[in-house]
Amino acid sequence: MTEAAQKSLVQVEHLKVRFVSRDMDVSVVNDVSFNLERGEALCLLGESGSGKTVTLRSLIRLFPRTARIGGRIHIDGIDVLNLPERRLRQVRGSLVSMIFQEPMTALDPVFTVGEQIAETIVYHEDVSQADAMKRALELMELVQVPSAKRRLNAYPHELSGGLRQRAMIALALACRPKLLLADEPTTALDATVQIQILLLLRELQRELQMATIFVTHDLGVACEVADRIAVMYAGRFVETGTAVDVMTSPSHPYTEGLLHSTVHAGRRGQRLDPIPGSPPDLTDLPAGCAFSPRCTYVQDICLAAPPEFRTRRQDHWVRCVRQPELANSEAPSLANGP
Amino acid sequence: MAVYILRRVIYTIPIAIGVSIVCFLLIHIAPGDPLSAVMPEGASAAIIAQIREAYGFDRPLPVQYLKWLGHVVTGDFGMSITTRRPVLGEVLPAVANTMILASTAVLFGFVTGCVLGIIAGYTAGSLTDRAVTAVAVTGVSIPHYWLGMVLVVIFAVNLGVLPATGMGSGGSGNFALDWASLRSLILPAITLSVIPAGIIARSVRATIAEVRKHEFVQTLYAKGLPGSRVFVHVVKNAMPTVLAIMGLQLAQLLGGSILVETVFAWPGTGFLMNSAIFNRDLPILQGTILTLAMFFIVINLLVDIAQTAFDPRIKRS
Repeated sequence: MTEAAQKSLVQVEHLKVRFVSRDMDVSVVNDVSFNLERGEALCLLGESGSGKTVTLRSLIRLFPRTARIGGRIHIDGIDVLNLPERRLRQVRGSLVSMIFQEPMTALDPVFTVGEQIAETIVYHEDVSQADAMKRALELMELVQVPSAKRRLNAYPHELSGGLRQRAMIALALACRPKLLLADEPTTALDATVQIQILLLLRELQRELQMATIFVTHDLGVACEVADRIAVMYAGRFVETGTAVDVMTSPSHPYTEGLLHSTVHAGRRGQRLDPIPGSPPDLTDLPAGCAFSPRCTYVQDICLAAPPEFRTRRQDHWVRCVRQPELANSEAPSLANGP
Repeated sequence: MAVYILRRVIYTIPIAIGVSIVCFLLIHIAPGDPLSAVMPEGASAAIIAQIREAYGFDRPLPVQYLKWLGHVVTGDFGMSITTRRPVLGEVLPAVANTMILASTAVLFGFVTGCVLGIIAGYTAGSLTDRAVTAVAVTGVSIPHYWLGMVLVVIFAVNLGVLPATGMGSGGSGNFALDWASLRSLILPAITLSVIPAGIIARSVRATIAEVRKHEFVQTLYAKGLPGSRVFVHVVKNAMPTVLAIMGLQLAQLLGGSILVETVFAWPGTGFLMNSAIFNRDLPILQGTILTLAMFFIVINLLVDIAQTAFDPRIKRS
């Protein structure tokens, strides 16, 4: 391991997650490795079922009992996968915290927002309920909730979707985490509210120097918030690089397909090209590249074995055998739109 | 909150009036002439008319109802046909006896039901869950008078450790809090608690398993809370549903069980109604049913109010 990697806040090596029960055994994440620096924002991009949420949840082992995790995860020097339950609880909500997709269902409906924020603080830091409530109020102000004092005593159903998600963010920030995990934080919100929440998250992330991992299937969100992007397909990273590199020169046919099938201003007036076929069945993956059945450039070699990562340029990696060829032709991209 | 409670209390008034009308009409709906029990054998038409007039049966029904209601409101439920004593004096001790039995059965049944339900809800889908569900279904399905007789055969007849029937040393008038009286309470209370225990176990299991699937439970674990604290959240969410079921069961138990009280000769409302039915003692029947119906209404009211203490969303609707 290099010196630089050791300083990273998050190091994930060869992460594998399987869900095992009596009638199934599915590998959901296959050999995922990445590093995340302090204050950096990484976006995991992919369709539903690509393993992005599971990868995210691995970082705090938030899994049902049927999950089997392999590999190594270090966060701030802590070996997460070998942590006893007790120590793991100290990490959750404090060093690492999480925002969920649906703020209506992710908050307990029968406790006030303030109680829920204060609860986290009381559990992690030895403070009184009154002090914790004071902190909760500051947090509600930090996430720009108007009339924060009144909202603190509101129940989740009394708040709008946007305010609920702000409360959820306040809850996640309660113990000043070094790493924030956000699982599709804007998917359940109106388009206008989405932008506000994204801007807030980016602002807070910079202000608090907090590393963040976003999970999304929305390229717009990925562009907006990420320093780096990792595209996932069938439980693997198929392309990683800086947000600019991945967006301007997508090198995996799947990333390319995602860009072509997304609405954005640069492609006004052109037809959208959906990726043919449907996401793979994780219980029955092809022997070679998992994307091969849907890939328009498929060759014989793709069907033999899953391709290894190839370097496109510094810090831009692609799992595709066509890599050398693609490197020479400039792929269509957001920036090159007419 | 006060406004909500007041509104709920006001809502109960039309219900209470409706119930009283049904109770009043019982006498007229019941097959046969309500006066047949007091009518002398082979009475002449003139005497029949005279008796009808004495009892007020010659007046139109609404007038009869209002007169009856006026008496009932002042606590006058009429006279028992068999004992010739005021109905209230018969009903109240029976209600008290049933309450002693019911509250003990509630204690057994609710505790057992909740414990089993929580275990099953937390292990949903496992072997433990299936075992608990099997026990609960068996509990609900066994006829309780049969279970009562079996328990009597085992513990009173064969082992001789518990009394078979009766209320112990104090007799039917006043239940004494001594060992002999408590011993006589054990078998009927257990018998009576089995069905509510089964019903509550099943509904607690379903509610807990359902609440645990909600996403907020993931949030609670992601916050770093220990399982015991998450449990508090799960229980508070499950409470309104479970309370509603408990309220129904409690009201049902307070109604007394004709079968169980008869098997154990427990002088409660069930026992009283049983003898009233056989003696065609309609005033007693009417008085008991009316009293029990009022209990139902009050308990439902209390459950409604208690639910809001657990779930803030209920108040709004």
